[in-house]
Amino acid sequence: MSFLKIDNVTKRYGAVEVLHRVDIDVQQGEFLVLVGPSGCGKSTLLNMIAGLEEISSGTIAIKDKPMNGVHPSQRNIAMVFQSYALYPNMTVGKNITFGLEMHGVPKAERDAKLGKVADMLQITPLLDRKPGQLSGGQRQRVAMGRALVRDPDVFLFDEPLSNLDAKLRVDMRTEIKKLHQRLGTTIVYVTHDQIEAMTLSTRIAVMNGGYIQQLGTPREIYDTPNNIFVAAFMGSPSMNLLDAVIRLDGDDAAVEIADGDGAPVTLPLPIPAARLQGRDGTKVVLGIRPEAITDPDGADKSANTVVALKNVIDVTEPAGSDTFVTTTMAGKDVIGRMRADAHVHAGDNADLAINMDKAVIFDPKTEDRIV
Amino acid sequence: MSVATQDTALRTGRVSRAFIYLFLLLMALFYLLPFGIMVINSLKPLSEITGGNMMSLPQVWTLDAWRSTWSTAQIGVEPTGMRPYFWNSIKMVVPAVAISTVLGALNGYVLTKWRFRGDTILFGLMLFSCFIPFQIVLIPMARVLGLTGLAGSTTGLILVHVVYGIGFSTLYFRNYYAVFPTELVRAAMMDGAGFFRIFWRILMPSSGPITVVCIIWQFTNIWNDFLFGASFADFDSQPITVALNNLVNSSTGVKEYNVHFAGAIYAALPTLLVYIVAGRYFVRGLMSGSVKG
Ligand SMILES: Nc1ncnc2c1ncn2[C@@H]1O[C@H](COP(=O)(O)OP(=O)(O)OP(=O)(O)O)[C@@H](O)[C@H]1O
Ligand SMILES: [Mg+2]
Repeated sequence: MSFLKIDNVTKRYGAVEVLHRVDIDVQQGEFLVLVGPSGCGKSTLLNMIAGLEEISSGTIAIKDKPMNGVHPSQRNIAMVFQSYALYPNMTVGKNITFGLEMHGVPKAERDAKLGKVADMLQITPLLDRKPGQLSGGQRQRVAMGRALVRDPDVFLFDEPLSNLDAKLRVDMRTEIKKLHQRLGTTIVYVTHDQIEAMTLSTRIAVMNGGYIQQLGTPREIYDTPNNIFVAAFMGSPSMNLLDAVIRLDGDDAAVEIADGDGAPVTLPLPIPAARLQGRDGTKVVLGIRPEAITDPDGADKSANTVVALKNVIDVTEPAGSDTFVTTTMAGKDVIGRMRADAHVHAGDNADLAINMDKAVIFDPKTEDRIV
Repeated sequence: MSVATQDTALRTGRVSRAFIYLFLLLMALFYLLPFGIMVINSLKPLSEITGGNMMSLPQVWTLDAWRSTWSTAQIGVEPTGMRPYFWNSIKMVVPAVAISTVLGALNGYVLTKWRFRGDTILFGLMLFSCFIPFQIVLIPMARVLGLTGLAGSTTGLILVHVVYGIGFSTLYFRNYYAVFPTELVRAAMMDGAGFFRIFWRILMPSSGPITVVCIIWQFTNIWNDFLFGASFADFDSQPITVALNNLVNSSTGVKEYNVHFAGAIYAALPTLLVYIVAGRYFVRGLMSGSVKG
């Protein structure tokens, strides 16, 4: 039994279909993140769960009760908006308890709940202020308080951190995660920031153009992306995608790419040739994450298939904790991630270690993953 | 920008400052002179006006003209003074302003936050009413008032002014609410507030400035209206503008200029008052808005 069931849901504006047959099952206590580029339909899907947008076809059910046509206030959900949407004319306390008041909760009970939530979010000293007198982070907290006080079945967040500066965003991210761990409520969270998606979620739905591209745990999404879109969208710097050719030899499988000088290099794959049967000599797209291209000492010791090769470094970018290097393979810039104290300089013909355990291979036509 | 103005203020010397004030003073004088003359002459006995100089101050200060204008002056055929007509106007203008403002606010709310198919066309049609000259609707309106049995009554006048006022008040509120964040309405909806509660608790408290603008506009227009009053009112529902006309045109004997002046001031006083009182709230509303944003 799923807690929140999105079943075959489609959204149309007139003749334009912006969401196509979306299916997602969310279990109780899950933290589902909807992530994707701008305009892919994340907010639309969230608003349909909230009841703010009509469902064109399909059903959305919470606790096995279909929600189609049920008024937003009757769904027992709470939402945190991107702009926080705090009522400007009410104090913080009023803002938080407005929903309870509308639901006919007596004053004494409202005050008790307010006290508890304010304590939890550490906003007790702010309760008599107006939203206009708060900082961005404080407003964010109040908006969360307004959602928390209702004790809903499902929390909905629409890009709640996108109006905060970088540092505050990281802090609030941690706080949201803590809150989820403490309360164990079910959360659906929209963002276009893939780091937020990776760090917060128990599962991620990657969306593009109104389609769910992949639904899975952060690990699955990161390590085994369904297609080139997901591979390129998740991760920063993003996955290196190189033109390659499959070479099968008996039981051994490998891919061949061109190195910086255009000379062919063969990279063995850690899978039996049977998995690629019939593809010998065909063109594929090889995907390697930057952290799988390292200096030899930084390579993962537990990896099975590490290939050593030499290539010319074009650019180095020390980032403090790591040094990113750019080199050329298969006619493209390839980014690798080395230890901060690895001795590499631009122009060096440096030793590189490529962890092929983490490599993925895509069909260049369908863009779907083969291995 | 504020730095630039401060700069200019600092650099402007005493002489040019004096010049600016002089100029402003002259303009104010030019504007206030007619009103001043009205006030002065309304405080003179009639003999001083007919026998002497309109510009000079009264030798005998008297409120007689004000008193008689208010309660005994000849208006048309009856010596009733302006008083009943003043109240007629009040009875007409207060409900008309209130109703047209509330309806305009509701219209603006629906047109921006509860959008429906064809709402822009509907709004366009409502805007049309702002541009239709009064004269064109006189006859159809008379027919409507006749059919509804409201002809000659204050209620009829209220209806006319509300109908005419809705176009403008809707325009004001629609444009104001168009930039009011829709997320607030959605948040209130999720909090369980219904159509009217969202309106009263969320939108209205933030609508101070536009409400004041709307009230000033409607009040001045309706209070100063002469054409509808003259066309659709009976003796016992005529507004003060019509009474003023009748006062000045009363053909009994001498022209009592001091009474006419006092009558004109009575007729102008409420709009002046609205500007003075509400204008301040208007500025205050704008200020608090800018601090908030
Ligand atoms: N009222 C509407 N009429 C027609 N199309 C709409 C309407 N609202 C949204 N759309 C379209 O639906 C698509 C999805 O919009 P949505 O707001 O869900 O995107 P999003 O994924 O939330 O993007 P962002 O990250 O920019 O918020 C967009 O292509 C948008 O143009
Ligand atoms: Mg969005």
